[in-house]
Amino acid sequence: MKALPTRQGFGDEILRLGQLHDDIYVIDCDISKSCKTTDFACKLPNQHLNVGIAEQNAAGIAAGLATMGKVPFISTYAVFGSMRMLEQIRTSVCYPNLNVKIACSHGGLTPADDGATHQGTEDMGIYRTIPNMTVIMPADYNSTRKLVEAAYKWNGPVYLRFTRNEMPFYYDENEEFEIGKGKILKDGNDITIIGIGDLLHQAINTANELERKGVSVRLIDMFTLKPLDEELVLESVKKTGKVITVEDHNIYNGLGSAVSEVMAEAGIGKLKRIAIKDHFGESGNYYKLLEKYDMDENAILKAADELLANSI
Amino acid sequence: MNNKKVEFLKGKAKELRINLLGAIYKAQSGHPGGSLSAADIVATLYFDELSIDPKNPGWYERDRVVLSKGHCCPVLYAVLAMKGYYDMEVLGTLRQLGSILQGHPDMNKVPGVDMSTGSLGQGLSAAIGMAIAAKQDKLNSRIYAILGDGECDEGQVWEAAMSASKYSLDNLVAIVDRNHLQNDGRVCDIMPTNNLADMWRASGFEVFEINGHSIEEILEAFAKAREVKGKPVCIVADTVKGKGVSFMENVVAWHGMAPNKEQYEKAIAEIEEA
Repeated sequence: MKALPTRQGFGDEILRLGQLHDDIYVIDCDISKSCKTTDFACKLPNQHLNVGIAEQNAAGIAAGLATMGKVPFISTYAVFGSMRMLEQIRTSVCYPNLNVKIACSHGGLTPADDGATHQGTEDMGIYRTIPNMTVIMPADYNSTRKLVEAAYKWNGPVYLRFTRNEMPFYYDENEEFEIGKGKILKDGNDITIIGIGDLLHQAINTANELERKGVSVRLIDMFTLKPLDEELVLESVKKTGKVITVEDHNIYNGLGSAVSEVMAEAGIGKLKRIAIKDHFGESGNYYKLLEKYDMDENAILKAADELLANSI
Repeated sequence: MNNKKVEFLKGKAKELRINLLGAIYKAQSGHPGGSLSAADIVATLYFDELSIDPKNPGWYERDRVVLSKGHCCPVLYAVLAMKGYYDMEVLGTLRQLGSILQGHPDMNKVPGVDMSTGSLGQGLSAAIGMAIAAKQDKLNSRIYAILGDGECDEGQVWEAAMSASKYSLDNLVAIVDRNHLQNDGRVCDIMPTNNLADMWRASGFEVFEINGHSIEEILEAFAKAREVKGKPVCIVADTVKGKGVSFMENVVAWHGMAPNKEQYEKAIAEIEEA
């Protein structure tokens, strides 16, 4: 099965967009090879900056470029793009609502071998808390390309999170994506599984397995964490009553939190959250980490069984 | 040097000090010390150096100012009012609910403010982004960033300085209002930067060290900065925190304190008599 890291989708799409639009800038922080922006740097040197290992300055320069009508994409790892430059993004970008994009590879546990220091597992929750910020994680190469383009067209700060490792292709290259609108991949009546990013693939496997067992599953790709498609969440809860959220992120303030807020306020439904249970990661194979932390398709299947059993 | 120009600018600096203190007094909140130390620099910038149009604050080809030491916004708010960006009466709303004049500058609220600032250490980076874009778009715009010497404790300032040098930003001028005091005490006690000018030189800047209260020296430094090619300029301006008000000068407590009625009247009288 064909597979590519979603960071490659960013690198390919930002090059295409940069060649079409000279207001696009890429700001690298000495990890351009890993972030897949070296082609952009070679082919569009006038639209490329490399500020070295200085993320705070990258954020500030991006803010300054945005005041001049440019559309800068800061390119780094999720852990640095969310935490090393957080206050700069909060105060110099989000407060004045400047048109800066933060495009981060190495989301969640995907830089698995690198261990906890390089696994950005708190990033989406952090940015979800900052006003004016939009938070997106696509699941595969083609959706990444479409969502990078959508982020360019979106007026305001956007945090984009990509995977270090390969993700299977799921979407056709002509599939369209709208920021803030989840996608129903399968429709069903018994249970809803809402996934985001790399773990959508685990959710897909679980949904297929459940269907083989005769369970009718609604499966959603919630690639936009913020603004959350609350309407779709509510509609799904009303339809299936039971929901599982699936994300490669700390259990606090990510997709599970966002969905549970909507459900709690509406006072309906039952929820289980698949996520990192408030601990740091460690070095190891990505799939073995998912297994160890109860985040793989078997863990989702178990959560589904529990929810379905309780309902009888 | 044109004496008439110098006298005009001295008059504007005096007026600026009176106006900014009036705003802080009315608000009973704000930062007089670093506003007063920067007043001569800011008056010279806005009444002589800058190419701006108060009737068209968004004019793309304009020069830009980033007040990186954002807490000193009373000096910026007052000069923008004097330039006609908004009515002088607006100054009296400083820090009040619903005012455009926030405790730290908001570019989306105040016409003439080119960058939102307030968290120290961030402004020079933004100025660099502006300078890079201005070069890319072949504008003649010049970008000025005003920093404090206490602010130079922030690591981001030096990340920014290195990148300004890398990109040869000769349309960028960093001005350090070196008033020798910071929030907790004397700069030499809190975090000494005795070799501040050398630190900027080592980062690749052409450095001019001046008396930041001499209009003649400020004018000369701005003129020399325009002649520098291929690298950014830093003007290290030696100043006195609280300059112009005897009991505020060199007193740490006036970093962020508003005068009472008696103090305010004495301050205004001193400035007017000077």
